[in-house]
Amino acid sequence: MDRPKVKKWQEPASIDAYPLGATCDSDHLVSINAGWRTFKPVIDHDKCVMCLRCFLVCPDGVIDKSGPQLEIDYDYCKGCGVCAHECKLKCITMVKEEK
Amino acid sequence: MTQKWNAKTLTNKELFYGHKACGGCGESLAVRLAMKVLGEKAFAALPAGCMSAVSFIYPNMAFTTNAIITPFASTGAVASGMAAGLKALGIEDTYVVGFAGDGGTADIGIQALSGAIDRNDNIVYICNDNEAYMNTGIQKSGLTPYGSKTTTTPAGQNLPGSITMKKNMFEIVAAHDIAYAATASVGYLEDFMNKVQKAKETKGTSYIHVFAPCPTGWGHETHITIDLAKQAVDCGLWYLAEYENGAFKLNRNPKEFASVEDYLKVQSRFKHLTSQDVALIIDERDKKWAKMRRDWTE
Amino acid sequence: MKKFISGDDAVAEGVRLAKPHVISAYPITPQTITVERLSEMVEDGSLVSEYMHVESEHSAMACAIGVSSVGARAFTATSSQGLLYMSECLPYASGARLPIVMMNANRALATPWNIYGDQMDSMFLLNSGWIQVYVEDAQEALDMMIQAYRIAEDEAVMTPVMVNLDGFVLTHTYELVDIPLQEKVDAFLPPIATRDQVMSLDAPKSLCITAGNDFNQEFKMKQDRDMQSSTAVIEAVDKAFGDAFGRYYKGMMDAYRCEDAEVILVTVGSVTGTAKTVCNQLRDEGKKVGVLKLRYLRPFPTQGLCDVLKSTKAIGVIDKNISFGYEGTIFTNVNSALVTLKERPETLNFIGGLGGRDITKQDIRGVFDTLISKAAGNAEERIQYMNVRCAE
Repeated sequence: MDRPKVKKWQEPASIDAYPLGATCDSDHLVSINAGWRTFKPVIDHDKCVMCLRCFLVCPDGVIDKSGPQLEIDYDYCKGCGVCAHECKLKCITMVKEEK
Repeated sequence: MTQKWNAKTLTNKELFYGHKACGGCGESLAVRLAMKVLGEKAFAALPAGCMSAVSFIYPNMAFTTNAIITPFASTGAVASGMAAGLKALGIEDTYVVGFAGDGGTADIGIQALSGAIDRNDNIVYICNDNEAYMNTGIQKSGLTPYGSKTTTTPAGQNLPGSITMKKNMFEIVAAHDIAYAATASVGYLEDFMNKVQKAKETKGTSYIHVFAPCPTGWGHETHITIDLAKQAVDCGLWYLAEYENGAFKLNRNPKEFASVEDYLKVQSRFKHLTSQDVALIIDERDKKWAKMRRDWTE
Repeated sequence: MKKFISGDDAVAEGVRLAKPHVISAYPITPQTITVERLSEMVEDGSLVSEYMHVESEHSAMACAIGVSSVGARAFTATSSQGLLYMSECLPYASGARLPIVMMNANRALATPWNIYGDQMDSMFLLNSGWIQVYVEDAQEALDMMIQAYRIAEDEAVMTPVMVNLDGFVLTHTYELVDIPLQEKVDAFLPPIATRDQVMSLDAPKSLCITAGNDFNQEFKMKQDRDMQSSTAVIEAVDKAFGDAFGRYYKGMMDAYRCEDAEVILVTVGSVTGTAKTVCNQLRDEGKKVGVLKLRYLRPFPTQGLCDVLKSTKAIGVIDKNISFGYEGTIFTNVNSALVTLKERPETLNFIGGLGGRDITKQDIRGVFDTLISKAAGNAEERIQYMNVRCAE
C-alpha cells in the first residue's frame, strides 16, 4: 500500500530545537485518525470489479489502487461510508467496529 | 491534447492526507482531487477556515506539497505573491493554487481575489462552497442560500433562516473578464477534475467554484455527500458552467429538474421550511435558469 | 554620486540598490513618491523587479508574505491608516520569520484626519514582532534600506524589518544624498539566502501552521529570543556598513555629547537634528547636556540605554505619540529599562509634534530648561505637552 505513513517524531527538547518560524515539514503525520470510526468499510474482493469509484470519492483518500486489489488504509479511514454508498455493485459493507 | 481525468487516469499518490476534517467532508474531497490534478509541484495557499484548521496542526501536516495558511482575507494576495516570487526566482513548471471557502471567497476574501484577477496573476483559485462559515460553527456567509438555518440565521416564528439568496460569485468573477472560470460540484467529479486541468493550463487567473456538502453544517448523513452534491445540480439549485473567451457556457442543461423537496428534506438545515418557502426557492431557481438558458450557450 | 533628493526618493534609491524580487505596494500619502519612483525604475529597467499593483495595504503585506514564503526578496511601503490596515499581516509575517523589509512613512492617525508626521502609527505595532528602526535624515533612510535587508536575512535573525521615517519632515524634504555604487552594495548585501522556514521543491514545507496550547508558547519564546539577540547582528551590520561606505550610525542608538551629561534628551527620528543643534548651543553656554537618539525601538536596547543614562540627573523623553489614558510610549519603554538601575535618574515626558506640528529649537530649548530645573531638584510636571496653542 502506498499511503503516507506515521513518522517517528521527537518533540523538541529545547526552545532552540523548535522550528524557525511557524513552519513544519510537509508530509508529516505523527498520529492516526482511526479512533474516529464507528463503522468500518470492508471490501468484498470477489465482487469488486476494480471500477475505482470508491478510490475516487473517498474524502480521505484511504483507498489504495496500486495493488492487484483495492486496499483500505484503516489508520486514516474515518468510516464516513461514502465508499459503500457510492459502490454500484454494493461490494463494500460498513461493519461495526469492535472496541 | 488535454489530459482527461477519471479514477483510472488519476494518480494513486495522495498529496493531501491524514487531515482532521469531519467524516464525509465534501470540501476535503475537492482539495484532495484538485491536488492530484495539479501535481506535486503545486504550491497551495489556504486561508483560515476548515481546510487549514484540519491540515496544519503541529506536528501533523496533511499536505505533502508546499502549502501555507494565509490571513483570512488574503488567499488571492498570498497566492499572487507566491506566483510572483516563484517567477522571479526562475522556478518554473509550478502551479500556485488557492483554496478558500465560501466566506473566505465571497465575503472577506473578495477584494484580494478581485485584485489578483485584475492583475491576471498566474494562479488557480478554487472556492470550496459549503454555504456557511463551518469552521467557526455554521454561521451565515454571502453564499448561504435562502431558507438555510445557520447559527446566525436561526429559523423561528419570524424568520425562515437565511433570507438572502446566494451571492453570484461565478458571474462576479466572470465580470472581471477572467481568463477562465467554472462552476463544479463534488457530485460530478470528472467534470470538476477536468475543469481543474483546464485551470492548470490557463495562463493567467482561473477560478473554480465547487459545490461541496458539509455533513456537520448541513445536517445530513455522512455517506450521502456525493449524492447530495449531484442532486443539487440535478434539481437546478446549482449548475455546471464555464466562462471562457468572454462567453458563458452551460455544461449541463437538464430537460427536467429532479425534485427540490427531495434535496432539501434530507438536510436538517432546511427541515423547518414551509411549502411557501420551497415555492419561493423553486421560483428563484426558475428565474435563474431562464436567464442562463437565454443568454448562455450549451 | 551625490543627488539632491527627498527622503522618499532616497528610500527608492536604497530599494533599487537592494534589488528586491517583488515590490507590492498601495499608495498612501506621504509614502507615494517612493512607490512612484520604484514603478519608474521598474519601467525603465534600472530595477529588475516585479511591481505588483495590489488593491489594498492588507494585500500589499499578504503579497509580500507570499513572495517571501517561496524564498524571494520582498519590499513594500506604507504609512498611517495603511499600516494599521495591513497590521493583521504583520505578526503573521514575523511569526513565520519572513525577512520582508517595509518602509513606513510615519504619519498621524485619524481622527481627526491628518496626513502629516507623528509616530502614532508605528507605535501601535511595537508588539508586531517586526524590528523597528527610525531614521534621522534622507541619507540614513537610503542606507537603512540596504542594512535592513542584511539584518532581516541574517541567518540568526530572519525577522522582518520596518524602516520608519517621519512623514513630510523626512519624506518630502530635499537633501544632498550620497548614492552608493551598485557593486559596493552587491558586495555588502549578498543575494537572499533563507533557511528552512520557507518553501522548497526539494523539501516541501507547511508554513504559517497552527500550534495549539500544547506548543504555541515555545514557538513564541523562540521568536522573542531571536529578536532579543538580533541586537548583536544589528551592531555588526552597522559597523560593516561603516567600513564599506564610511557612514556608521552607532548601531542601536547614537549618544551625542552624553559622556559627562547631567541632562539627556531621548529622541527618535527627525527631531534628533533639532535636538543636537540646541544641545550644541547649550554646551557653548557651559550646560552639561546631551542627546540620545534611539535608532531601534524593537528590539529595545535596554542595557545600552542604561549604560548611557545611568549617571544622568534628569532625562527627558520626546514622544510624537500618546498612549491615551497613560503617557508617551517611548517614555514607558525608557522608564521600564531604567527600572533595572539601582539609582534611577528623574524622567520627564514631553509629548508633541502631533499631526505634524513643528518641534522648534525654542521648544527643545524649553525642554532642556525644564530638565535642568528638574536636575537641580525643582518640581516639574512628569508629563508635559510641547507647544500647546491654548490654555491647558
